[in-house]
Amino acid sequence: MKLGILINEGPYQHQASDTALQYVKAAIKKGHEIYRVFFYNDGVNNATRLATPPQDDRNITKEWSELAKNHNIDLVVCVAAAQRRGILDKGEAERNGKDSDNIEEGFRISGLGQLVEAGIQADRLITFGD
Amino acid sequence: MSMLHTVNKSPFENSTVTSCISMCAKDSSILFIEDAVISVMKSTKFTEMIESSLKDFKMYALKPDLEARGLSLNNVIEGVEIVGYEDFVDLTTEHDSVQSWL
Repeated sequence: MKLGILINEGPYQHQASDTALQYVKAAIKKGHEIYRVFFYNDGVNNATRLATPPQDDRNITKEWSELAKNHNIDLVVCVAAAQRRGILDKGEAERNGKDSDNIEEGFRISGLGQLVEAGIQADRLITFGD
Repeated sequence: MSMLHTVNKSPFENSTVTSCISMCAKDSSILFIEDAVISVMKSTKFTEMIESSLKDFKMYALKPDLEARGLSLNNVIEGVEIVGYEDFVDLTTEHDSVQSWL
């Protein structure tokens, strides 16, 4: 089955991103297709490669990135939510006159239409948040 | 049309568990995850509400979240099914839609 995932919460709020990650891992193991993971609101904070948690802490940004690489998962970050929180890719950094970008490999910045499309194309859309 | 409801906050913290139970249609399923897993423990002020709702809904609680909070599986209300992440995936695909109470 095609599954769409919506994450509305950052890595240091509650548990949503962790629950979503475990859910996605289990879904892949069961042979389902992850159509897209959409990061919205504070969920965009999952996408910064500049976060440097202590080594014995879980690094959820890396975990998402590796999962995306290994299983070809589309990780999409909402552009409006990302700009407010300083999450930028190269293009957005240039467009807004910033000195650098900070998006982690495997994530891409796009618009809310990508969430709508996931809602239409996926068989289920599952929301994780606060 | 069957619906899976997921709830992730403790009923001691806010009213999503009670709202979900009062509003969702008969024969729906409710999955308690994250802080909501405390809802299915025996001997709390919510126990009676959960027990009486079991005749209308199937109820599930996520085992890793119970364990992470030190909540004994022996104290889970009878009739509530204890499930893992793979069962969580099955529940979402077996129902027609999923409503997350946030």
